[in-house]
Amino acid sequence: MITRALFLFVLSALAVQAEVTSERLLGARQEPQNWLTYSGDYNGQRHSPLSAITPENAKNLELQWVFQARSLEKFEATPLVVDGIMYTVQAPNDIVAIDAVTGRVFWIYQYRPSPAARPCCGRVNRGVAILGDTLYMATIDAHLIAIDTKNGGLIWNIPVASPEAGYALTVSPLVIKDKVVVGTAGGEYGIRGFIAAYDAKTGKEAWRFYTIPGPGEPGHETWPADSDAWKHGGASIWTTGSYDPETNLTYWGIGNPGPDWNGDVRLGDNLYSDSVVALDADTGKLKWHYQFTPHDDFDYDSTQVPVLADMEWKGRMRKVMMFANRNGFFYVLDRTNGQFLLGKPFVEVTWASGIDETGRPVKIAGTAPTRDGVLVYPGVQGGTNWYSPSYSPRTGLFYIPTWANYSTVFIKTPVKYEEGKSFTGGMPRSTVPSLRAAQVNNRKEEEGYGAVRAVDPKTGERKWEFKMSDVTDGGILTTASDVLFSGGRDGYFFALDARTGALLWKANVGGPIASGPMTFAVDGRQYVSVSAGSALFTYAVRK
Amino acid sequence: MWRKLFVLVLAHGFALGSLLAQHSYTPADVEDGGRLFRTNCTNCHGPNGDAIPTIDLGRGRFRQVYSDTDLVRIIRNGIPGTPMPANNFDEFRATTIVAYLRSMAADEARPGALAGDATRGKALFAGKGECFTCHRVKGTGSRSGPDLTEIGAMRRGTELERAMLDPDAEVLAGNRAFRAVATDGTEIIGTLLNQDAFSVQLLDSKDRLRYLQKSDLREQGYVAKSPMPAYRDKFNAQELADVVSYLSNLKGLDLP
Repeated sequence: MITRALFLFVLSALAVQAEVTSERLLGARQEPQNWLTYSGDYNGQRHSPLSAITPENAKNLELQWVFQARSLEKFEATPLVVDGIMYTVQAPNDIVAIDAVTGRVFWIYQYRPSPAARPCCGRVNRGVAILGDTLYMATIDAHLIAIDTKNGGLIWNIPVASPEAGYALTVSPLVIKDKVVVGTAGGEYGIRGFIAAYDAKTGKEAWRFYTIPGPGEPGHETWPADSDAWKHGGASIWTTGSYDPETNLTYWGIGNPGPDWNGDVRLGDNLYSDSVVALDADTGKLKWHYQFTPHDDFDYDSTQVPVLADMEWKGRMRKVMMFANRNGFFYVLDRTNGQFLLGKPFVEVTWASGIDETGRPVKIAGTAPTRDGVLVYPGVQGGTNWYSPSYSPRTGLFYIPTWANYSTVFIKTPVKYEEGKSFTGGMPRSTVPSLRAAQVNNRKEEEGYGAVRAVDPKTGERKWEFKMSDVTDGGILTTASDVLFSGGRDGYFFALDARTGALLWKANVGGPIASGPMTFAVDGRQYVSVSAGSALFTYAVRK
Repeated sequence: MWRKLFVLVLAHGFALGSLLAQHSYTPADVEDGGRLFRTNCTNCHGPNGDAIPTIDLGRGRFRQVYSDTDLVRIIRNGIPGTPMPANNFDEFRATTIVAYLRSMAADEARPGALAGDATRGKALFAGKGECFTCHRVKGTGSRSGPDLTEIGAMRRGTELERAMLDPDAEVLAGNRAFRAVATDGTEIIGTLLNQDAFSVQLLDSKDRLRYLQKSDLREQGYVAKSPMPAYRDKFNAQELADVVSYLSNLKGLDLP
């Protein structure tokens, strides 16, 4: 009897290790025990229907296991979990398959990037995508590779762009139907950015959308005429987009124009830098765009996750996109046509006085970088950055990983393009370390601090704030039981009440969190995972 | 298209060329160059630029006479056959380092600068200045202020003099005094070593490493002014020069 029951249990456990079809990706939230895409669902909400961890029992969360990465790089990947198996990336580009309950490693696929790889800001990776029995990873030497989920075997490996010219891939790919979509980083090296889709079976390129229009294309006129500026204008991609199956549009946030801090060589609005673009998922054709920061002088990449929701807006239901931008403004757009609905600052902003009714920022004169430097809020890392926000349909609040009180003196320097060389045209100066967290923090609050800020998307008003001491590179996860998980450079992973911001639980993880938390369940038990420092931690409520 | 690019490159070339030709360095050039110098050059050249025999960058003494353009080239390309390496600076950044070197030399050559006597300075540091009350040197003195055992390897003489005359002008984040008051009224003063959302870590005035929960504190915050007194009235110019000379010679422990 026992043997038979055990046999049936094992059989059922094995039976659910089914292929991840594109239909399963579309219905990702119908299987809340799994985490199938970078943000947990195509809508980018990083909100889980799981509810076993509650505001009442969160205090009983305890560590289940730790995976120590053999890497001193920042651990920025969000893991996927599929039917009890976790897949993550040990920086720069090793894929690891882990038993999600025990932390035991099944296999590690080790990738050795070309020495030509030169990512600007760390040899990092933000995670894998899955379709069928195949994992997809973008690499820092600008390749896209396909790996067998069962044994880590290589299926295909294709070059996407030239690492010698400064192209790198750090983004977690997005699988839509039978295609794998990625974009290229390299905005500090004078690249011409693009988003491209590849056939999931073969790796053959299906479509490509250049984020800087070429001659004769709409938008090319926003770059200087008779100049090569557009060829080296950056507009990179390094954070995963979202997808709306109803409109068949995929939305991607686009990075800064290059050179970053010297706009003299690229007069004009510089489309589609600092924009969100809506592309037909089958063809890559542009449906609409919205530019957050025309002619950016501050490196305000718009590489944030576009968050999609349907909500009542001034008396009628609308399909909206919420976007907390590095430039310090929180936006709501109509995602069917890009119409601007709302734009309110969520941190102190001194480069623009607001957004006009057409959706264009009203720039404040005298804030562009100069040789002697100009102090601007938010600073060069922005009011927020690539760290995943979260939207909870239950609370109706949008949660932003925030750098508050944070400024930079922007200094402009001469610049000329040389292939593969840094192409930034400036030296930003700030009291807060930009990329690498310091191990100690003795700054004053007025010099910059991190926070989780909860914003009502219908008004842009802040509902509550949870203050950290140091700034944060940690994403945010919310759940259907109104628990919010996040962390930051302070080195704590914590749970808050998503309704009030009250602290429910915290754990010292001994290193900065520079990734988005995710949650999953196995055999009905809910777990929550986050990477911090160079390790991955998984927690569950004490049995 | 090419004509425009040519004009652009030429304009940048002129901008740099005129910066060099006229020595029209701005305070920002000097500041940026100083930051690059301290990060990239002091390991070999020392903070005063005099750590390599026969070279004294801080006083404009090189192995031969160099123009600013020569120095930019050397900073970028190195000197073959010597330990001076090539560096990955663009021309503009290399130029700011030259701006800093020229400014150091101008500082050192300022009229009326007195030569200091390190031996007399050491006696003044221990005696009249009462510096050990707060500072520590090679295992002697208090830990409530910065340990000065290696200060000569980190700071130039003019910077040390400025710190003694006007201690509030620049206090590094790691040297700020911090005051906390517990809910029972106990006052704790010390140096803030680290902090997070829930706690602070201090070295208190009794040399104890303290972990304090913020929830146990009634008040907490940095002390607005530096605890270091200004020595403008306490030392005359010669005494000041002597103490600066002593501090400039503090370059770490005397290891066997």
